[in-house]
Amino acid sequence: MSLDKATVSNIAHLARIKVDDDQLETMVGELNNILSWIEQLNEVDTEGVAPLASVTGHPLPLRADGIADGGYPERVLLNAPDRVADFYSVPKVVE
Amino acid sequence: MAALIKGETGDWELVIGLEVHAQVVSEAKLFSSAATAFGAAPNSQVSLVDAAMPGMLPVINQECVRQAVKTGLGINAKINRLSVFDRKNYFYPDLPQGYQISQFLQPVVGEGVLTIVLPDGEKSIGIERLHLEQDAGKSLHDQHPRKSYIDLNRSGVALMEIVSRPDLRSAAEAAAYVRKLRSILRYLGTCDGNMQEGSLRCDANVSVRKPGAELGTRCEIKNLNSIRFMQMAINHEARRQIEVIEGGGKIDQQTRLYDANRDETRSMRSKEDAHDYRYFPDPDLLPLILTEDYIADIAAELPELPDAKQARFIAEYGLSEEDASQLVEERETAAYYETVAEGRDKKLAANWLLSELFGALNKVGKGLAESPVSAKFLGGLIALISDGTISGRIAKDVFAEMFEHGRDADSIVEAKGLRQVSDAGAITDLIEAVIAANQDKVVEFKSGKDKLFGFFVGQVMQQSQGKANPQLVNQVLREKLNA
Repeated sequence: MSLDKATVSNIAHLARIKVDDDQLETMVGELNNILSWIEQLNEVDTEGVAPLASVTGHPLPLRADGIADGGYPERVLLNAPDRVADFYSVPKVVE
Repeated sequence: MAALIKGETGDWELVIGLEVHAQVVSEAKLFSSAATAFGAAPNSQVSLVDAAMPGMLPVINQECVRQAVKTGLGINAKINRLSVFDRKNYFYPDLPQGYQISQFLQPVVGEGVLTIVLPDGEKSIGIERLHLEQDAGKSLHDQHPRKSYIDLNRSGVALMEIVSRPDLRSAAEAAAYVRKLRSILRYLGTCDGNMQEGSLRCDANVSVRKPGAELGTRCEIKNLNSIRFMQMAINHEARRQIEVIEGGGKIDQQTRLYDANRDETRSMRSKEDAHDYRYFPDPDLLPLILTEDYIADIAAELPELPDAKQARFIAEYGLSEEDASQLVEERETAAYYETVAEGRDKKLAANWLLSELFGALNKVGKGLAESPVSAKFLGGLIALISDGTISGRIAKDVFAEMFEHGRDADSIVEAKGLRQVSDAGAITDLIEAVIAANQDKVVEFKSGKDKLFGFFVGQVMQQSQGKANPQLVNQVLREKLNA
């Protein structure tokens, strides 16, 4: 698998990371290096092996249904750059 | 009932698949212990997990899992013993994590089926899957000309996304499907089904094709929050697609929004910038593993669902299919009916509930929950009719009084002296008086004017202020007139 400039540019856009055109070529090289390293995994025969989601063997921890959190808009909004009353406010987004 | 749509080039068939988002009934959110109640002050039901503060970890709420499994069992679906939570990545101001925790390849519930009733019979609609996911926050766009306000109270609330197969063939079928699904969710108590508050929302995938042809390109209409709007949106979208195709164009796969004020759909985003969600398993969450025992326990707790209840009402109570189906659609109506009908005449109880009580409630714009007549009191009235204490005619007056003042039938009948007169002697006296006062009519009757019988009945009933037992009046009157 090898990425071209357009794909890397699209990935950057999806991740909302600004990458200037003159940086793109370098980025393509670096990402392709990482990918080819990971591709070594393809050499392993995984025929009939179920995907492994966790190596710990622990079950998913569950929580009882009860209200024990929230009720502190002050803490939630502490870092809001543009707070209005108890709302965050952001540049208008309408689709 | 594949209602075909006429176009200039012939008939078109409509193909619809629905994605219903049903908010899970739970105290706390899917991955945090903040409250889920509707209508709280902005950002007051937000934990640091819901606000996606760095270092916060999600821990799943076991009740939400239970509710999803229960719902799966209620739609006859396969429960997956192993399911996985994935991150669905996109940026939006009301999604502080930058991703939604959802289930992509391995949902908790697999294939199921739901039966809808249409004017020409029943139809089975396939359900592809049900998965658990987080809701996003709410954006308010109308508070400021250049800003959107964000309230994260809804952020992290558990949703069940229930995806149907593209088995629906008209807006009416889609409406029947949503109504049926909503009814089942409410019976199960897994979603309150309140579309106005957004607890139940739906996206419709709509395409058109010539009957029997390959599936056409579909458009998805987002965020339909009432059954009526959903039907209007589907019909509008079908007409739009037919016009585009017949005009020589082709349909682009798009996400569209329905504007109810203008009755039109417009493009929200096209395929070119369609979201590439880059799903991957959430490294913060282990797979969810369910045991057969756990699933069996939930199955044993399932309440009687609408289809089973309807069948029982028909088989055991002798109700018509139409009455039974009306009674079972809402769980509350069915429960009310069962209280009224307990130990009483089942059909009479159904009639009184469906015609008299619902008629009266409609007139004053109230629902059954606000009915001034309790189920117990309505049952009392039915008992008085059945045992002959009052006639059906008088019962309507008593009912009106009950509806207005919330009193029970017995006390109204006693206070107003409305007991039906079933004493043959008293009725004979009344009849003789009426005959004596209308000798001319008696002569006409005897000379063959049979229709006058009704006149005599009317006179007697009037004299008795409606209290005379009508069967007895008929019987005695016939004897006297034919004597």
